[in-house]
Amino acid sequence: MTSRFPGYDVLAKRNTLSWNEPTRRAIDKRIAVPPGPRFFSVTEWETLCAVCARIVPQPRDRPPVPLPAYVDEKMFENQSDGYRFAELPPQGEAWKTGLAAIEAEAQAAHRAGFHELAATEQDALLRRMQKGELDGPPWRGMPSALFFNKHVLHDIVSAYYAHPTAWSEIGWAGPASPRGFVRLDKGMRDPWEATEAYPGKEDKARRENQRVV
Amino acid sequence: MSSDRPVADPFARPRAAQGRAPDVFERGGWTSMREYRDDEAVDFVIVGTGAGGGTLATRLAEKGFSVVALDAGPYFRPLDDFASDETEQNKLYWTDNRIVEGNDWMIMGGKNSGKSVGGSTVHFAMVSLRFRPEWFKARTSLGYGVDWPIDWREMWGYYRQAELALSISGPVTYPWGPKRPRYPYRAHPVNAAGMILAKGAEAMGMSWTPTPLATVSAPHGKSPPCVYRGFCRFGCSTNAKQSALVVWIPRAVAAGAEIRDLAMVGRVETDAAGLATGVHYMREGTWRFQKARNVVVAGYAVETPRLLLMSASDKFPDGLANSSGLVGKNLMTQPNQAVFGDVEEEIRWSKAPPSTTITEHWNYDDRKDFHGGYCWMGQGPLPIEWASVQAGSRGLWGDALVQNMKNYNHCVGVKMVGEAMADENNRVTLADETDQYGLPITRIHYSWTDNDKALIAHGLDQMEHSMRAAGVRNTFRQEQDANHLGGTARMGDDPRASVVDADCRSWDIRNLWVCDGSVFPTVGGVNPSLTIQAVALRTADRIEALAQRGEL
Repeated sequence: MTSRFPGYDVLAKRNTLSWNEPTRRAIDKRIAVPPGPRFFSVTEWETLCAVCARIVPQPRDRPPVPLPAYVDEKMFENQSDGYRFAELPPQGEAWKTGLAAIEAEAQAAHRAGFHELAATEQDALLRRMQKGELDGPPWRGMPSALFFNKHVLHDIVSAYYAHPTAWSEIGWAGPASPRGFVRLDKGMRDPWEATEAYPGKEDKARRENQRVV
Repeated sequence: MSSDRPVADPFARPRAAQGRAPDVFERGGWTSMREYRDDEAVDFVIVGTGAGGGTLATRLAEKGFSVVALDAGPYFRPLDDFASDETEQNKLYWTDNRIVEGNDWMIMGGKNSGKSVGGSTVHFAMVSLRFRPEWFKARTSLGYGVDWPIDWREMWGYYRQAELALSISGPVTYPWGPKRPRYPYRAHPVNAAGMILAKGAEAMGMSWTPTPLATVSAPHGKSPPCVYRGFCRFGCSTNAKQSALVVWIPRAVAAGAEIRDLAMVGRVETDAAGLATGVHYMREGTWRFQKARNVVVAGYAVETPRLLLMSASDKFPDGLANSSGLVGKNLMTQPNQAVFGDVEEEIRWSKAPPSTTITEHWNYDDRKDFHGGYCWMGQGPLPIEWASVQAGSRGLWGDALVQNMKNYNHCVGVKMVGEAMADENNRVTLADETDQYGLPITRIHYSWTDNDKALIAHGLDQMEHSMRAAGVRNTFRQEQDANHLGGTARMGDDPRASVVDADCRSWDIRNLWVCDGSVFPTVGGVNPSLTIQAVALRTADRIEALAQRGEL
């Protein structure tokens, strides 16, 4: 897949005025996330890995953002969002119940584990969960759509876009303290921001992006 | 003073201790702080140090009262402690568990509550607006809600005081409402996202203006001018933002107030005479008791009713200040829906404060078939928030999400802050579960009223029209979002229909006060922080006047 921001790596700015020390500490720690699982069982982990790969599919030509590890870490450390829906159990229990239910749905429909299904089958099952069409006994009364929206989507998507790899992918400037920005007008870019590759100008964009510091 | 030794973890143990408090302007810096003994009855113990408590603590200390202000959260030094990062800065939020229920769950955490010295102002988006004058008499003037027991002309003076204290950067001439002086600091430049709002407003014949913001456009004291990082909702790491942490708290400490961080108040104690005697609070693993002649609860519209309800006694079995039965009821948030889309040009909307322009048109135009009003503002969500909107509002995931996110630099949007109606069914109650302090957690029940739904529908239509008129493509609506709190300890003229009087003094317990957004009888269609601070400034003056007359 050709990048829209060829050659742009937000981490190249790590030692510039755009990253203060607390930012470097936070991002270093994030990149060094323990591989896991520490919270989930081996079976749950297999399902989680497969779910993450469908919620945020990642290109094969770069190291993946270890999404299951972030979900596992959040549950292991019980990092709270500050609220819980009355219809849902505490987040760790919700995830364990949900992953077991996804696995049970896969077994019931395909006589195979969720992680063994083809991507289209996995997506079909996830879409049914999103619509709240899954409500059998394995769900233990937990509304599957609510679980999907508030835990599956929320936790996995938040983990992905917390990662520098994703910031580079979308051409976001990333951390900006203390330097901040100067050019705020339409079409204006500070030299420490990504350049987008427009058709026929990919090489120019790549050169600009390699100068981003 | 500053020192080179490594900065200690602000969560590990209190920083404000041994006669000193952090100097928020210096790396590793300290400033001397007066301290009081627990058994020394101070004039005022204040629970919470945000827009309400921080402001009131400052003014009371400056008037010569002895003040101890407690906050459950840590005492940050932004230069040492704040990263440029959405996730890391979750540490600013009140993320202790709450149970949310009802038709329209109120999402807690970062949207509406802070847990640090300075409270939610540490992560607020700095939008500093005055109420429309008629809102203070909404029932009499506009036919809905209830009247405030305060006159807008009096509030106008306190708004001005707050704007001067916060060095608000804003326009020379404000397009709506009665004449007001020019803002103390020049308006910030309008970013590309803000220009789209302007274009859309003009196409619809509406006025717009640079948003009055509590971040300085030129140096002020030890605050440097804003550098347009765009991480405002995640804590300002340069101290340009005029939060309570950098504006009020240093003044409070300088005037002799004691700030206690990592001090969670679990109970307001009352005596046989029915007066408050002080507060029980947990600090460094121990429950302690601070004696006080007056107690001020300033924990915002969830923690304030929680504390009043948790403090029930034999004499006050339904909780303190609750003879009206209204503590915890009439919880209000504000509709915070948005319309987003994209344009051909690169906008890079995350640069500069999230909202550099605003239109209050529908706060001042009453030609509509519902009560209340709303404004809308430019937007610049950072990637996690933006991805959450894509996933949450459009149901996008998989390749669709990943591809859409690559258009980040071309996205634009506007977001409303609207006036929700008070409804007694929307409320904060205590749950059976307990938290890490052993205190009952809250259950927050919320559903939009029919009027709220009509207001939201109108707002979404108007915003979408404006975006299309500005040439925005692929517009979509974020239909579910809410922000800000109010209403759970409303002020009024009648003890049977309100919790506190115009001076924020509880009707039932005359030395118990509430000073935060909880006292709002109506929330209006603008962000509440400036009004909370203006009410706190007024309360301080009223307390001084009452004290001089021997009526405290």
